Amino acid sequence: MMTKKGKKNKVATSESVSFVEDTNELRSLGKTVRDLSNISIISLCQSVLKQQLTKGLPTQRHTNNEPLSVQGFDQEYRQLLDLVRRTATSGESNSVLVIGPRGSGKTTVMKNVIAKLWSDEQIQENLLQVHLNGLLQTDDRIALTEITRQLKLENTLDDKVFGSFSETLQFLLEALKSGDQSSKPILFILDEFDLFTHHKNQTLLYNLFDVAQSAQAPVCVIGITCRLDVVELLEKRVKSRFSHRQIHLFNNQTFQDYVIIFKNLLTLDTQFPDQTYASQWNRHVERISRDPTVLDLLQQHFTYTKDVRALQQLLMYPVCQLCDSSPTLSVSDFVESRKLITMDSKSAMLHGVSILELCLIIAMKHMTEIYEGEPFNFEMVYSEYSKFAQRKSSMQVFEKAVVLKAFEHLIHLELVKTVDGAGSRVQKEYRLMQMLVHETQIMEALQKYPQCPTDVRQWAASSLAS
Amino acid sequence: MEGRNDETPDRETLSLTKLLPCRELQIKLLTTLFGKRGDMTVPALFVYGHTATGKSAVINSVLKTHKLPHVLVNCVECYSSGFLYEAVLCALYTCQGSQKSDAPVRCDNMNDFVRLFRQTCVNLDLLNETVYIVLDKAERLREMDANILPAFLRLQELVDGNVCVIMLSEIVWEKFQCGTGFQEPYVVHFPDYNKDELLRILMRSAPAEFSEDLYQMYLSLVLSVFHIVCRNLSELQHLAAINFKKYIEPIKNGEATESDNRKLWKNFEPHLKKALQTVYLREVSSTQWERMLEESDMGKMITQQGLSSRTHVELPYYSKYLLIAAYLASYNPARSDKKFFSKHSDKKKKPKVVRKQERTNNHVLGPKPFPLDRLMAVFYAIVEGKVAPTANIFMQITSLVSVHLLAQVAGDDQIDVPKYKCLVSFDFIKSVARTVNFDVVRYLYDFV
Repeated sequence: MMTKKGKKNKVATSESVSFVEDTNELRSLGKTVRDLSNISIISLCQSVLKQQLTKGLPTQRHTNNEPLSVQGFDQEYRQLLDLVRRTATSGESNSVLVIGPRGSGKTTVMKNVIAKLWSDEQIQENLLQVHLNGLLQTDDRIALTEITRQLKLENTLDDKVFGSFSETLQFLLEALKSGDQSSKPILFILDEFDLFTHHKNQTLLYNLFDVAQSAQAPVCVIGITCRLDVVELLEKRVKSRFSHRQIHLFNNQTFQDYVIIFKNLLTLDTQFPDQTYASQWNRHVERISRDPTVLDLLQQHFTYTKDVRALQQLLMYPVCQLCDSSPTLSVSDFVESRKLITMDSKSAMLHGVSILELCLIIAMKHMTEIYEGEPFNFEMVYSEYSKFAQRKSSMQVFEKAVVLKAFEHLIHLELVKTVDGAGSRVQKEYRLMQMLVHETQIMEALQKYPQCPTDVRQWAASSLAS
Repeated sequence: MEGRNDETPDRETLSLTKLLPCRELQIKLLTTLFGKRGDMTVPALFVYGHTATGKSAVINSVLKTHKLPHVLVNCVECYSSGFLYEAVLCALYTCQGSQKSDAPVRCDNMNDFVRLFRQTCVNLDLLNETVYIVLDKAERLREMDANILPAFLRLQELVDGNVCVIMLSEIVWEKFQCGTGFQEPYVVHFPDYNKDELLRILMRSAPAEFSEDLYQMYLSLVLSVFHIVCRNLSELQHLAAINFKKYIEPIKNGEATESDNRKLWKNFEPHLKKALQTVYLREVSSTQWERMLEESDMGKMITQQGLSSRTHVELPYYSKYLLIAAYLASYNPARSDKKFFSKHSDKKKKPKVVRKQERTNNHVLGPKPFPLDRLMAVFYAIVEGKVAPTANIFMQITSLVSVHLLAQVAGDDQIDVPKYKCLVSFDFIKSVARTVNFDVVRYLYDFV
C-alpha cells in the first residue's frame, strides 16, 4: 500500500525530543503489526480518529464514564432522559424544547438519551420513534407522509404512502385518538424546530401538541432548535398547548474542559484492536496537549469560538497528515491547520485581482472615505481612476470599455454590489454601487500583493489625492 | 510539514501534478483529506478561488485518478431544485457503471432525495465508501429554496452515511451564510497563479515547429500587455492562441529571424494594443480577428466594424431630434433651459462664476428624469422647420422607449404626463447629432 522509507524525519524545531522518541516508538510498533496484517496500524488509527472527528465520539463512552460531565450537560441530560422515560414507561405525554447555539451538542445529548433508553429492552420494544427535520420536511404534507412511513402504518406499502394530505392527516389523528394510556408511546423528535413554525397555519405543530395535551396516545414531542426566541414564533393556540418546558444547552465550558475535549477527540478508546499501540498513542496525545504552542493555538481558537465542531475542523488537517513515514501528530501541522482555517477570504480574493481592478478598488475606497459611505457609480470611479492614471502614475491609461470590464468582474466577485437590486432602467455606468470590502482588508491585501507598483501603493495610502 | 516533503508521493499524485502544474499543495491537501476509500471525511468542502484557477480541474482529476465514486453537477444547469436532485441521483447510477433502473428517477423534495439517496447507496453497494457530490457554481444554490444549502452541508448526518459534498464557487464563503446559520464546511482556497506560473502553464501549448525560447518570448510579450488588465488564465490562453500567427509573420516572410526579438516586438506591439481594445472586449469576434490578421489594413477594418458599429443606429429624422432633445433634457438642469433654448433671451447675462464651481457634473451622476412637456418644448426649440404634433411624433417617442433608447420612469400612460429618462451615451448622441448637423455640445450645460 503505502511505501515506507527508512529516512528519518526532519523534526520541526518546536517539537521537543520526546516527540522524536514518540515517532520512533510508534513507527516500530506500527511496523510489527503491519507485518501481521496487510493494513497498516497507523492508517487504522487514522480512520478511527477521522470517524471521531466527523461523527463525534462513540456514545457508549459517554454513558458509562467521565466525558459526558466534561461537556457540562449532565443535568440537562438527566432531565431529558427522565422525561422520555416517563413517556415510555408510564404513558405520560410531554413536550419540551431543547435550545442551544449551533454545535453545542443538542443532537449528541439527544442521541445519548436514546442510546441509554435503548439499553433497556422493555422500552426498546415498546417505544416508537419518529425523527423529523425541518430541512427535509419543508411542508406539512411531506411531514405527514414521513410520519406514516416511519410509523409503518397500514396505508403504507414498501415505503410508499397512499392518500391525499387530508386523508393522511385524518387517518393519523384517528390512529392517535383511538389510543389511550395503554397504547404504545411515540417519541417525536423535531430537529430544526424553528423551520416547522413557518409551515402554513402550523397545522402539524398544533396537532402534535394537541395530542400531547389531551388524553390520547402518549407522545413526547421534543423540538431541537438554535433560536432563542422560538416560542415567540408559535401561534397563540399552539403556544398555549405547549408545556413551556425548555432546556438550554449553552457552550459554557472553560478552557480546561476544552483541552480535555481536545484530548478526547484524539485518543483511541478501549475498542481499538491493538491496545499497546493505543496506550502508546494516547501518551503521545497527552504530550501533545501539554505542548505550549498547541495550547496557545487552542487558546486562540477558544476565544474565537467554543463550538466543538470548529475544534474538530481544526484537528482534521493534522490527523489527515498521518502516514507511515510520519506516524505522529506534529505541532507544525496544527499551526498549518489553524492558518488554513483562519485565512481571511476577502483578502485572499483581493490578492488575485489584476492591477487595474486593484486600482478601481482603491478609487472606490477613496470615494467611500471622501463621501462617507454614499453610494457611487462607475463614472465617478472612472473619473477618480483617470485622475490618478493621468497625473500621478507612469501606468498606461486604459480606455473606458476596458475599465468597465474590470469593474464588472468586481461586481461578479461580489466585492461591489448595486444599492437597489434592479438595473434595467439605468445604464450600467450610472447604477449606484456600494463597496463590500473594508479598507483594512484592502490595505492588508496591498501589503501582500505581488509586484504592486509603488505609485499605486502610495495612492492607496493618501486618501485625499485629487 | 517539512519532514514530509521528501517522502516519495505515490504514482497517482505524481501523474496528477504533471497534469496540473502549480497545484501541488492543493492536490496534496485534497488527497490527504479524502484519505482511503472507507475513511470518513469532512461532511462538506467549500472550494473557492478566482475564475480559471483549476478548481474544477483539480477536484475532478483527483476524484477520477483515485477512482472514487463521485457525482458532478453544475448548479447553473439545475435551475429548479427537482432537477438538481434528479441529476445527482441519475449520475450516481451512471458513475458506478451500472444499468439505470427502468423507471425514471422522480424526486421533487429534499425528503425524497435523502431517502432515495440512501436507497441508491445501498443498491449500488456504496455504503463502505465515501461518495462525493461535486456542486459546481455553488453560488446558485443561494437562489434556490432556503433549505437546500443547509441540507447539503449536513448531508452526511441526514443520510447517515459516508458522503462528502464539495462546493465550488468564485464567491467567498461569508456570502453564503444566512438565516440561523448552518454546519460550517471545510473551506479551501485556490490561490491565483502568479506571472511565472501563468507562463509555465501557457508554455504547455507551445507549437512544435518553433523553438521554446521563441514561444516563451512571445508569451512574455503577451503577458506584459495583458497581465495588468486580466489574470484569467483561459482568457490569456485564448489571446495567446489567436495572436501567435501575427507574431511569427516576419519570420515566415523572411524579414526577421527567430532571434530578432526587437524587430518581432516592434511589428507585434501595435497589434496587441489593438487586441486589447477589440478582441478582449469582444467588439470583434475571434474569427473576424483572425481574418483581419491575414489582411494587412486591419486598423481600418476595426474602426468600421468594431467600436463604431455599436454606436451607429439608423433612425428617422424626427426620432433623431427627439432623442437629442431627450438627451438635452436629461443632462441639463431645467433652470438652464431658458438660457439655451429661449429665442429672445439676452445673451449678455452670463452665469456667475461662483455658481459654476459648485455645480455637479450630470455626466457623472447620470441622467435625470424629465416630463413629456419639457421634452416637447426642447424638441420644438431645436428642430428646424414647423412640425405638427401629430400622432406620429408621439408614436416615435414610445418606439424610442421600446428600443431602450429612452426609458419611462413614471406615469403609466401618455395622458398624465409621463416622465422619461435618456439611456444613450455621450458618444452615441454626438454621432446622431452629427448626422443632422446639430452641435449638441454647444447646448450641454456641463460643457459650456
